[in-house]
Amino acid sequence: MRSSKPVLLVEDDDVDAMTITRAVDDLEIAGPLARVTDGEEALKYLRSRGNEKPCIIFLDLNMPRMNGAEFLKVVKADDTLKRVPIIVLTASKEQCDIVSSFDLCVAGYIVKPVDYERFVQALKTIDLYWTLSELPNGRW
Amino acid sequence: MRNSKPVLLVEDDGVDAMTVRRAFKDLKILNPLAHSANGEEALAYLADPSNEKPCVILLDLNMPKMNGAEFLKVAKADADLRKIPVIVLTTSREEYDIVRSFELSVAGYIVKPVDYRNFVEAIRTIDLYWTLSELPEQEVGVKDAKFKASVVG
Repeated sequence: MRSSKPVLLVEDDDVDAMTITRAVDDLEIAGPLARVTDGEEALKYLRSRGNEKPCIIFLDLNMPRMNGAEFLKVVKADDTLKRVPIIVLTASKEQCDIVSSFDLCVAGYIVKPVDYERFVQALKTIDLYWTLSELPNGRW
Repeated sequence: MRNSKPVLLVEDDGVDAMTVRRAFKDLKILNPLAHSANGEEALAYLADPSNEKPCVILLDLNMPKMNGAEFLKVAKADADLRKIPVIVLTTSREEYDIVRSFELSVAGYIVKPVDYRNFVEAIRTIDLYWTLSELPEQEVGVKDAKFKASVVG
């Protein structure tokens, strides 16, 4: 990524979170990876003053308590949080999930590849794009 | 890109528009490139039902008549248009422009590389990412399919 700020991973599945952490480490692509397990925890993380704001958010959709779409609705209505690019990283290929995510202005929707090598390839592309792209670094 | 819909380029500079067109050709990107010279023209293009809706929009910021930020405000307040990812392609590195664009929910902000080879690399990366990412199928397409099905049925 262009920034050395943390990447916030919102993912309830431990195995998926481990795979992402491993791929990020293998590729040495990002600053620290902060992980929370649902939308509610993610909001708590983002609103806590002690935490550095992330440069980007990787968001799962199917999660307990507050799911990805509910989280997106809250974040995109918040004047300070709405500027963080959010990339959906999910197992769902459902057109209704894709449409409702883009309706909430996500900056990418990537279906998690099952195979690890392809997963690493996908993260490499995400990293390439978000290194090319500027990111908002303004004060919060 | 992931689908074969057009890419809409909103750019007032003729030379820059030609450079994007040339990069698409060199990279063998199959999506047709539609070009509007400012935000107002882009909105007219998007409102015309005879034009296929683009899969992504590449948006310059500094343009006469209606600039990029003004276009974003209108597009992101529209229930149909807001779904189309907009990638800013500009010469401005101003933090103000970057923050305001992300506040208006852009899906990328790329400073145009001056050198043509780097410019092609940037377009290649954009194409790669938006091939990996899913894209929303416009509801127009769904209606079309239903219409076709009813005609066939």
